[in-house]
Amino acid sequence: MLTLNINGKNVQIDAEEDTPLLWVLRDNLNLTGTKFGCGIAACGACTVQMDGVAVRSCSMAVGDATGSRITTIEGISGDGLTAVQTAWIEEQVPQCGYCQSGMIMAVSALLKENPNPSDEDIDASITNICRCGTYPRIRKAIHKAVKIQAEA
Amino acid sequence: MGKFKLMTRRKFLIAGGMVGGGLAVAYALGGNDTPDKAPYAATADGDEYTLNAWVKIGNDGTINVAISQAEMGQGIYTALCMLVAEELEVEVSAITPEQAPIDAVYANFTAIKDSLPFSDGHHRGEATVGAWAMEKVAGILGVQATGGSTSVRNFWIPMQQAGAAARQMLISAAASQWNVPESECLAQNGAIKHRASAKSATYGELAEAASQLEIPKHPTLKAKSERKVIGKSQKRLDIPAKVTGEAGFGIDVRVPNMAFAAVKISPVFDGKVKDWDEKAVLQMPGVIKAVKLENAVAVIADSFWRAKKAVDALPVSFDDGENERLTSDGIFTGFSNQLKTEDGRTYAEEGDIEVALADATDILSAEYKVPFLAHACMEPMNCTALVQEDAVEVWIPNQSPTITSWLAEQAADVPAENVTVHNTYLGGGFGRRIEPDCLIMSVQIAKALKGRAVQLIWTRENDTQHDAYRPAALSKFQGVLNKSGEIDAWHHRIASPSVTRSFVGRLLPMSADMPDNTTSEGAADLPYQFANKLMQHLPVPTAVPVGYWRSVGHSYNAFFTECFMDEMATKAKTDPIEFRRKHLQAHPNFEAVLSRLSSESNWTAPLPKGRARGVALHESFGTIVGQVAEISVTEDKQLTVHKVTCVVDCGEVLNPDGVAAQMESGIIFGLSAALYGEITIQNGSVEQENFPDYEMVRLANCPEINVILAPSGRPLGGIGEPGTPPIAPAVANAIFAATGERIRKLPLSKSGYYT
Repeated sequence: MLTLNINGKNVQIDAEEDTPLLWVLRDNLNLTGTKFGCGIAACGACTVQMDGVAVRSCSMAVGDATGSRITTIEGISGDGLTAVQTAWIEEQVPQCGYCQSGMIMAVSALLKENPNPSDEDIDASITNICRCGTYPRIRKAIHKAVKIQAEA
Repeated sequence: MGKFKLMTRRKFLIAGGMVGGGLAVAYALGGNDTPDKAPYAATADGDEYTLNAWVKIGNDGTINVAISQAEMGQGIYTALCMLVAEELEVEVSAITPEQAPIDAVYANFTAIKDSLPFSDGHHRGEATVGAWAMEKVAGILGVQATGGSTSVRNFWIPMQQAGAAARQMLISAAASQWNVPESECLAQNGAIKHRASAKSATYGELAEAASQLEIPKHPTLKAKSERKVIGKSQKRLDIPAKVTGEAGFGIDVRVPNMAFAAVKISPVFDGKVKDWDEKAVLQMPGVIKAVKLENAVAVIADSFWRAKKAVDALPVSFDDGENERLTSDGIFTGFSNQLKTEDGRTYAEEGDIEVALADATDILSAEYKVPFLAHACMEPMNCTALVQEDAVEVWIPNQSPTITSWLAEQAADVPAENVTVHNTYLGGGFGRRIEPDCLIMSVQIAKALKGRAVQLIWTRENDTQHDAYRPAALSKFQGVLNKSGEIDAWHHRIASPSVTRSFVGRLLPMSADMPDNTTSEGAADLPYQFANKLMQHLPVPTAVPVGYWRSVGHSYNAFFTECFMDEMATKAKTDPIEFRRKHLQAHPNFEAVLSRLSSESNWTAPLPKGRARGVALHESFGTIVGQVAEISVTEDKQLTVHKVTCVVDCGEVLNPDGVAAQMESGIIFGLSAALYGEITIQNGSVEQENFPDYEMVRLANCPEINVILAPSGRPLGGIGEPGTPPIAPAVANAIFAATGERIRKLPLSKSGYYT
């Protein structure tokens, strides 16, 4: 049995240590907001945060995640929505929506580290794939989230 | 997600191949002028009342609208609810979309009509004999399907009428309760009001009485000037759940006691499993069962990861069969050889091309080439199936619940009335999710573990290597200018496999060569006037399965024709927009889009050094789209697409922000293909595996996109696909403007361009 700290709670997991964190979240814990896209850390659909840093959970062995605070899309906001989620709705970002949990987790981690990123910072840091091509709206929504955060 | 049973009166019949085109199995139902509300009523709880086939109102005032179309990102839930909301006099946000039952009343007539094997003007809204005949066929087929950019076009009238009929019934119910004339009552924001007495009753209070009234056959629709919803941007109903991780995709389906399956599929097309050793993995953690199928082996386990680890470890050998030597080079040689013959099916002909070419002294010839492409939906293919002794239930993100139900029934070998299909949100569709392969595989696997639901998930590698690909194609042009610098002769022949034939072959035991509009669309029906014209297609079957890929034939025919138009413009020493305009005198709508594009893109304004513009104009699915790409290229061929200006005429606009979103989406989808997209075949199997070798545009190389809506009032056009075709030629033409290098093959990476 492994102990993980997920969204502020300790949970016991029955899984081999080399199991990717992604599948523990989805299959053991039914936290299905985190998505499977490629399995090789190439697309970012599975992005979660470990101690506030964005990681691609499909390529993170669960054995290496014990002792860290793991946050998934389900645990990112309290009662309401975060500035990033609000901006995502205001700019009408999602289309199919499948990649958006990962996008929101990656962007939220970026804004923690860099509260007012330039377009170049965004380009360098947000490398997730969106097959529907919501990128122009993602860029606008990131800048809007910065504003919402600043006004809060 | 509603649970429902298929109708027992269904009869199978074989009706030849079609649907955008390819549906071939059909069922017959009796005709009925007013769509039957019984199937939707069967989904109602005790306190819900069904007013017609689309509208169900609860006594608490909840308004449900039946959505027969798949939400794959295009915003269809919101668009269709808008049509009802407009006539029902409620806010769009007051409506809850819910999955419609599978029934012929929700048939997609437009998709069937558009699958006419040739183009006769019906797609521009003309009343043709072909369109009439196909409409009749559609009524018999009764297939629910999402594709061909048809959903809004198909439900534009019926769903406004559903809202209007419900409104009239609610008014009738109130008037009769109050004993006043109906003409003194009006519907306003979810309630019926009596003008004189200020009496008021909510829809919830009136629903039961209204549901017992006869449905008006010809409900009156509001005048355009009274519209409050149609034409105004609306917030999408599905977005809130998509920012919290709550939206349920197929892969998120959870059924009590479910298991997970992973597969290893024969890498060679049509290969078969020869030997396997299931004992090697049965003791691995969590493994429940190993299953051998004709072309694959599967492991069922208590988690997907355990299933995948076991199937990776499972010893298996395949009989590669006759395709083991198949290569893309060989396929292109086949195209080339075919183009050397006199064969070909003629889709467009005017004047006398042979005389025009024989008389010409200066012929411009060019050969164009595009590769196979994968769909690469972000959500890999998956299906959850529960097979019982005489019943099957499936949960699958799919583009046609009707086809899904037929094939689930067949694969599980159970009576039709015991088939239950649940659709979910689709993590991308793009034409991939009309294919039945993963569904059939999942039912076959679940059949080996009856009584327990099994979720089959394909890995990205499975998904990339076992798609129904956008066809590769080879195309040859000959063009001649007249003395005034206009095109006198346009000779165009294309060789490629037929999508319709391939798709029908996957649904039925056999398929035959037949005319296929998808091979010629966007090449046969050009708006440009040429004195002498011939467009032929040469079908070249291959073992590579080919399917519907966002914009289908238009995806490459726009590249061929709009690049060659540019070549002819260069030959005529005329500005590319001016040159196109000269050939558009009979089509003012196209000319208008081009003129607007010229001004919005500042076409004639000088650019900073190193930058260049390229243009493309293309109609698909009834919508005209013009795009100008602004690019720069370095000496070592690093390409940056800075900006795309997009003008769209889709006739009439339902949700303006939705149209803009689909243009942005279509452009980026087409740009990924233009820059990087290529599936190659070696030894009968696909060489690419995952995103690193099937790359996508990302934020850093996504251009700024400016969409201008220019609705002209022409017949309603589609929106999901028409943004895709023009981007590849616009960028290729811009590269020519920047470098003088004419691009005649895709992706651009083949010509040394990188981002």
